[in-house]
Amino acid sequence: MKEQTFTITSSDGVHARPATVLVQNAGKYQSDINLHYKEKAVNLKSIMGIMSLGIPAGAEIKITAEGDDEQEAIDHMSTTMKNEGLGE
Amino acid sequence: MTHLQGIAASSGIAIAKVYPLEAPDLSFSKQDIQQPEEEVKRLHEALDTSKSELEKIKEHTKKSLGDEHAEIFSAHLLVLSDPELIQPIEDKIKSENVNAEAALDETANMFINMFKNMDNEYMRERAADIQDVTKRVMAHLLQVTFPDPALIQEEVVIVADDLTPSDTAQLNKQFVKGFTTDIGGRTSHSAIMARSLEIPAVVGTKNITSQAEKDSMIIVDGISGDVIVNPTEEQINEYKEKQAQFEEQKKEWAKLKDEPTVTSEGEHVELVANIGTPDDVEGVLNNGGEGVGLYRTEFLYMGKSQLPTEEEQYDAYSSVLKQMGDKPVVVRTLDIGGDKELDYLDLPDEMNPFLGYRAIRLCLERDDIFRVQLRALLRASVHGNLKIMFPMIATLEEFRQAKAILDEERENLVSEGQEVSGDIEVGMMVEIPATAVIARQFAKEVDFFSIGTNDLIQYTMAADRMNERVSYLYQPYSPAILNLINNVIEAAHAEGKWAGMCGEMAGDEIAIPILLGLGLDEFSMSATSILPARTQIRDLSKKEMASYKEEILAMGTSEEVVEFVKEKTQA
Repeated sequence: MKEQTFTITSSDGVHARPATVLVQNAGKYQSDINLHYKEKAVNLKSIMGIMSLGIPAGAEIKITAEGDDEQEAIDHMSTTMKNEGLGE
Repeated sequence: MTHLQGIAASSGIAIAKVYPLEAPDLSFSKQDIQQPEEEVKRLHEALDTSKSELEKIKEHTKKSLGDEHAEIFSAHLLVLSDPELIQPIEDKIKSENVNAEAALDETANMFINMFKNMDNEYMRERAADIQDVTKRVMAHLLQVTFPDPALIQEEVVIVADDLTPSDTAQLNKQFVKGFTTDIGGRTSHSAIMARSLEIPAVVGTKNITSQAEKDSMIIVDGISGDVIVNPTEEQINEYKEKQAQFEEQKKEWAKLKDEPTVTSEGEHVELVANIGTPDDVEGVLNNGGEGVGLYRTEFLYMGKSQLPTEEEQYDAYSSVLKQMGDKPVVVRTLDIGGDKELDYLDLPDEMNPFLGYRAIRLCLERDDIFRVQLRALLRASVHGNLKIMFPMIATLEEFRQAKAILDEERENLVSEGQEVSGDIEVGMMVEIPATAVIARQFAKEVDFFSIGTNDLIQYTMAADRMNERVSYLYQPYSPAILNLINNVIEAAHAEGKWAGMCGEMAGDEIAIPILLGLGLDEFSMSATSILPARTQIRDLSKKEMASYKEEILAMGTSEEVVEFVKEKTQA
């Protein structure tokens, strides 16, 4: 399993637009990809799961990937976070 | 002929045949099924058809409204592929042996309720999105036709209970001349889309769907909120004329949208808008507003069961500031109490609520509430050009106290490592005659004044503005009011500060020439008044109006003032 932590730098937190891109990209991988925030973990391929967390600016989150393409998946999630101005 | 009154949601006049956009009958019965695999297959077929429809709607929206409005459908498409939604539906079908309709309905409702109960308004609105998408899937499962406004090929006015985002996005301006609905308000999604499409619309008529039959004539007046079904020949002609006038005027006004507001000799004054929610900003920019002169923050606190959180407020304030860019945004801190009640604060009833425990009086005592708002404002300040003002200030001590709390919260934030703008002007509302009288003393300590005329008039004339029997005393042009206003403006200018006015008087045709002559710097009004006011000011000379100042201030009655202004300005 691969994992990486991020701090949300977008002043709006994780809003619909960047969440949409994250979910679209996560959907391209076989691996199970999860987003962990506070005590909760949601499927990163689920738009409703991500939105339901209401992640604010400054939050610490962790993304994990497990499966055959876990390295590619985690790398892609990391670049998406940066490109969308979400966090680093 | 039937006449209905609704809420004017998007200005303009439409005259055309009724096209009822009926919500499809999505009723179903929960059934026990034998072959769950068949149900799962039906579910996926319905999902696939819905997805390909949404793809088309998305493309159509991109072309007609642009990428930004199309984005909502990217999110809708993801909902239809969401494993957290689809898997539970499949599980339900298999484990409970129920039909796909029942499984979809129960699962979707669980999510809709979850979003509806969130404490963030943005999230609550997402419930409507889920509803919109799952209804489409339901229609395909039941094989009922889902309304498709894109198919309309003749000039019509759409009549519906409500319009969903996907309905509105599909409206073709060439054929859809306007729409009217039973429910909704000025800030509902359909109303916002109507304004960006510039389609006349009246929402919230309560029962237009039961009053208007297919193909009968209908008039929708999006300026006044009137809807007329089966109008007489005379009414049609009357409205055709209004329509032509409106189009003509719109062209004139539109020319001035990006022009500065200047008088005939080229003196600049600022025309800004009053808003209540972040959604109102679009209207401000479309009407050429040079800023926001009054952001009423009460709406964040109203219609809820608890106080809004700091995050929720920060989101709203940042959204307004970002949308306005470097244009000024004057935010009025919480003005609650009096006629505006909050159930959850449980305030005791008062004999004289307008003279009672409200606005800054409440905030200074309940500083736990006040501090949350100030923190949210200070944090949002980095996103634009923020100015803060306190309502209902009566004494210098109140202003000093409020400002001290603001400074304390600023220091707290800075020591927490939060970024705060170093350039926030702090001013006050002038609504109480006591402050207008000694404006000189206040002017030394504030950065600006904003004169709230509705309350200033009611307190100066000692006339309850809710009491119709004394409504004749509501006299904005009374020399008593004008002298107070003059006092405030002179005091501000003597200290090198600026003076503005919020309240309908600032956009009033008779008041504008007088206020210009008195030297008012900023006029804040409803967004739709800005372009007419800018048009008017271009024909006025500030120098000429200023030359009448002493004469007007020495007049005895309101009538004299009105007559004089009319005579001087109607050349």
